[in-house]
Amino acid sequence: MKQTALHDAHARLGAKLIEFGGWHMPVQYEAILDEAKCVRTTAGLFDLGHMGRVQVRGKDTLAFLDRVCTNYVARIPVGAIRYSLFCRADGHPIDDLLVYRERDGVYLVVNASNTTVDLAWLREHQRGFDVTIDDQTERTGMLAIQGQRSTDVMRTLVEDCDLASIGYYKFGFGTVCGLRDTRISRTGYTGELGYEIYLDNRDVERVWNAILEAGRGHGVRPIGLGARDILRLEAGMPLYGHEIDATHNPIEAGLEFGVSFAPEKGDWIGRSALEKVKAAPRKRLVGIVSDGPRVPRQGHRLFSNGRDVGYVCSGAPSPTLDKMIASAYVELGLEKPGTALELAFKPTDPASKRQACAVRELPFFSRTRK
Amino acid sequence: MRPNDRKYSQTHEWVKIDGDTALIGITDFAVQELSNGKDSELVYCDLPEPGRMLSAGETFGEIESVKAVSDLNAPIAGEVIESNVAIEEHLEVLSKDPWGAGWMLRIKPERKSLDGLMDAAAYDKFCASIKH
Repeated sequence: MKQTALHDAHARLGAKLIEFGGWHMPVQYEAILDEAKCVRTTAGLFDLGHMGRVQVRGKDTLAFLDRVCTNYVARIPVGAIRYSLFCRADGHPIDDLLVYRERDGVYLVVNASNTTVDLAWLREHQRGFDVTIDDQTERTGMLAIQGQRSTDVMRTLVEDCDLASIGYYKFGFGTVCGLRDTRISRTGYTGELGYEIYLDNRDVERVWNAILEAGRGHGVRPIGLGARDILRLEAGMPLYGHEIDATHNPIEAGLEFGVSFAPEKGDWIGRSALEKVKAAPRKRLVGIVSDGPRVPRQGHRLFSNGRDVGYVCSGAPSPTLDKMIASAYVELGLEKPGTALELAFKPTDPASKRQACAVRELPFFSRTRK
Repeated sequence: MRPNDRKYSQTHEWVKIDGDTALIGITDFAVQELSNGKDSELVYCDLPEPGRMLSAGETFGEIESVKAVSDLNAPIAGEVIESNVAIEEHLEVLSKDPWGAGWMLRIKPERKSLDGLMDAAAYDKFCASIKH
């Protein structure tokens, strides 16, 4: 298993470490729900060293990425970030990612579990394009601070960069803890105000400690992947392997904002398949809320008047809503908020208890999307 | 050392003979694995109705934490006489007192023999072998 630059620091903090996407990562330091609440009320610090970080440069960078990405990369303004996916010709995603448009290149942040597959896919399709693909994952690190206090905390550590001027899904470069030209983006996976910071491995622990120290008076704590998963679900953000995967396309997942059918973008891998889905979608990703007592989980079926009409992708107790929440695919016609459904925990057992639930619009929570 | 007045299963349940009946619960190790030592991590516990016949090893219920669901298995065969439904509303009892107030089932055992289950010393060793 791979380890981030903070592996030993997590162990010293008493974290429970698990395997995630080939990395040994902290799932929690304290109770998962308490960590989620901490991010919603003050701010929390995350080690995201496991995320894949790839720099693409060369004169054909934009043309190349517009061939493999679903979003329109050439139209992203310099300094801005867009959500995108890599899809196969059949329209099913290989991964989803963030695309950072730089003056002289593009920086990609992909999922840990798919980094190897993504790189192979990029290299397979780079023929004929003048590009270099530089996987920086193992020599760099990444931190996120997420929550309303993020700017107050980071302001004490950042020079040469006005954090307040970095808009949502924008990035800049500043001096962080004395480290010049550090990439800072206003992004995250929580639905909160927050920043993601990109560092060389040798600097990660020093910056991690500095943020914890500067954040102590604000209640900032380290947060594990368990709470991160709940926060992203509350924020209606997809996770590869749950809402999207090799059989779930981005259109039915409600991710059309990351897919461009603009004629000027030209043909891209998956375009015609996704145009067909867009013309005739068959299901829709929705939010589900339930008063409990059980937690909806991936694979649980949804019933309407005794008929199987869908299934859960992700589920969790939501400390923010104080309800059980889930994302789920339902047949078209049942996606209207308020639609009453039943959750089945053992669909093969007709006598198994069903739990009342209802469709809710995604996201469940967001401070960034109004 | 865990209490020596009962026997333990490899799936981390305990069983204690109590007169003509037997009490069944889950061990501190099981609770720790589920909850990571944090009471708030346990969210749900489903126990069977009285009258249900259980065979040895049969799943009689489920316990759920924020991250996972685990089966509860009967260490011995018998008929459920009583379920400790108070647990369903107060899951913290399982961390506070897994050996006493955290009992889950009272059953009428088919046989009184607890052969094939581990005593406390053997179970301690078993848990240590899982951890390392």
